[in-house]
Amino acid sequence: MSQLQALCDAIIKADRNSLPEALRLTREALAAGIDRKAIADAMVKAMDEVGRRFQCNQLFVPELLIAKRAMERALELLGDTGVKPLLTAVIGTVQGDLHDIGKNLVAGMWKCANFKVIDLGTNVAPEKFVQAAKENNADIVGLSALLTTTMPAMKTTIEALRKEGLNNVKVIIGGAPITQEYADQIGATGFAPDAASAVAAVRKMMNLGA
Amino acid sequence: MPSFSDLAVGAPTDLCFGRAPVPLRTRRGLVIGGGAVWPELNFTLPPMLVEAATMPHILDQYRQIITDALARAVELHQTGIVVEFETLPPMTDNPQWAIDITAVLNDAMEQAFVRHGLKSALRITPNDTREFDRPPVLRHGAHWENMLRTFEGCARAGAELLSIESVGGKEIHDDALTMADLPAVIFALCVLGVRDMRFLWTALRDIAARTGTICAGDSACGFGNTAMVLAEQNMIPRVFAAVVRAVSAVRSLVAFECGAVGPGKDCAYENPILKAITGFPMAMEGKTAACAHRSPLGNIAAAACDTWSNESVQNVRLLGGMAPTCYLEQLIYDCRLMNQALAEGPQAAAALQRWLVQSDAPLDPQAYILSPECAVAVARSIVSAPDHYRAGKTAALTAIALLRQGLAAGRLAISERERPWLDAMQSAVESMPDDETTFIGQMTAALDPGVWLPEQYGL
Repeated sequence: MSQLQALCDAIIKADRNSLPEALRLTREALAAGIDRKAIADAMVKAMDEVGRRFQCNQLFVPELLIAKRAMERALELLGDTGVKPLLTAVIGTVQGDLHDIGKNLVAGMWKCANFKVIDLGTNVAPEKFVQAAKENNADIVGLSALLTTTMPAMKTTIEALRKEGLNNVKVIIGGAPITQEYADQIGATGFAPDAASAVAAVRKMMNLGA
Repeated sequence: MPSFSDLAVGAPTDLCFGRAPVPLRTRRGLVIGGGAVWPELNFTLPPMLVEAATMPHILDQYRQIITDALARAVELHQTGIVVEFETLPPMTDNPQWAIDITAVLNDAMEQAFVRHGLKSALRITPNDTREFDRPPVLRHGAHWENMLRTFEGCARAGAELLSIESVGGKEIHDDALTMADLPAVIFALCVLGVRDMRFLWTALRDIAARTGTICAGDSACGFGNTAMVLAEQNMIPRVFAAVVRAVSAVRSLVAFECGAVGPGKDCAYENPILKAITGFPMAMEGKTAACAHRSPLGNIAAAACDTWSNESVQNVRLLGGMAPTCYLEQLIYDCRLMNQALAEGPQAAAALQRWLVQSDAPLDPQAYILSPECAVAVARSIVSAPDHYRAGKTAALTAIALLRQGLAAGRLAISERERPWLDAMQSAVESMPDDETTFIGQMTAALDPGVWLPEQYGL
C-alpha cells in the first residue's frame, strides 16, 4: 500500500513532477499486481484532497489542473477500472454571451470532482442545452452569463428544458450579475457565487455529502 | 507608423494625473491631459433583452441615463466630461441599433454644450464580436464587417473617440492564465495579440480618417483584467497577474503605434506604462469602478489618469438616484480633488500622487507594478527591445525583478505561498528562445490546432 500512498502524494503535490511520478508509480503498482480499482480509488482519494486544499486556498487553479492532468493520464494506464463518475453535467455559456473563463473553471473543477462534464462552449442556444441534456442523460445543467442583457437567456433555457420534460434535471446558474434571488426567480435549482463553490453547490444539490 | 524607441515620460514623478506630454483637444474643446482630470462616465442596461422589439425601450433608457447625468454634471458646476458608450453584442451585430443610441447620446451632449457650455466627448467602444466564432475568425466574415460598420456608423453619428477591447490571442490566453503558463501568455499577447492589433487598428485608423474622429486606444481587458479577477478570487497567484499586466502593455501599445492618440481605454490598467512610453493621455478606473469589478488598484489607478472612469454600472435606481448619475457624481468629486491638487502646484500634485500610490502599492503586487517607478522601468524595458516578442520577454523579466526588489526592500508584501512563483516565472521566461520564429514554431507544435487559426494572424 505504500506504493498507493506514494501515488496519492505525487498527485497531491501538484507540481511539475506530479505527472511523471504518477505515471511511474501507476506502472509500478500494476507491475506489482495491485488491483486496478484500488489504484484508481487511491487517485480519486488524492484528488479529493487536492480539491480540499484548493477550497482552503492552499492551492491555485494551475496546481489543481496539474493534479487533474496527472490523475487523468495515470488513469488511462489502468483501462476500465469500474470507477464511475458521480454524475453527468452539461455546461455552457448562454446564448448571446461569449464570456467563458468562469464557465471553463467550473467545468474543470467539476471534472476534478469526478463529474462527467459535457462542455457546450459559449453562445449556446436553449435547444442545444436540451439536446445535450437528453443525449447524455444529464443530472445537472450549468448555465453561465456575465452580461445583464444575457441573463434572460438563462430563463429561456430553463423554460426550454422544462418544456421538453427534463423536469428532473437540476439547473445551476452563475456569473457576475447572478444572484440567488435571480436563480429563484427563473426557476433554477441552485446558484454558485463563484467557480470555487460550484462543486460544493452541486454536491449539496445532489445530496452527495460535503 | 510610429514606433516608440524612447520614453515620453522618463521621471516617475512626471507620470502624474491630469498632465500628459501630448494632450488631446476634442471637437467641443475638451483638452484631455492638459492640466485637468475629467470624469468619464460608463453605463449599461439593467437585465433585459436587446432585440428589435425592445429597442424603443432601450433608446428611452439611454436617453434617460444621459439626460439625468448631464443635468447633474451641470448642477455640480462640472465643465467637462467624457461619456463612453460601450455597446452590447447584439448592437455590434446590428450596427443601426448602436448608431441610433449614439445619436441619442450625442444629441444630449451637444445640447448640454450649447445650453450650458458643458464640454464633452463621446467614446464609442463596439464589442469585439469576432470571438463569437470559435476558433475566432478575425480578418473577415459577418462579425468583422458588422464591427467595422458599427465603428463607422457611430463615428458619423457623433462618437468622437474610437476604442475597443480587442480579443486577438484570447483563445490561447484563457488557458494560459488558468495554467499560469507565462510563455503561452507571451505568445498570446506579444505574438498573436500584436499581429491582430496591427490588422485591426490599421482598419480603425482608416475609419478615423474617413470620419474625422480620433483613434483613442485599446485595452488588454480580456487578458490582464481576467488575470486580475482570477487573482482576486485566489485562482491564480497575484504575482502572476502582476507580470501579465506588464506584458500586456506590449500588446496595447500597438494601437498607439498604429495612430491612436488617447485617451487610452479606461479598463487598460497597463495605461501608466503606455503613458510613459507615448506621452498620450490615458483613461483609468479604480475605486469608483467597484460597481463593475473588484480590484486591488483603487487609488493607484488614479495616479497617472487623465480621465477617471467608473467602468460600467447598470441603470438601476439607488437611494441617491439612478446609478449612472450617482456614479458620475462620485467621479466628479474624485476629479475635483485631483484638479485642486494640480491647481495648487507641482508639490501638491506630487503629494496626492504619492498618497494614491503608497496607499495601494505595498499591499499587492498588481498595484506595486503600476507605481510610477515600476511603470517607468517596465516602459523603459519595452522600448529598449528590438521587437514585440522580446519586449514581452523583457517586460516579464523586468516585472519579476521589480517584485523581487520590492519584497527584499520591504516595500511590497508577497505572501509565502506566492514567492516560489517568482522563481518559476523567471525560469519559464529564461527558457524561451531568443528569436520569435523559433518560439512560434515551438508554440504552434504544442497548441491544440482546434483552438486557433494561425492564418487569422498572418502566420
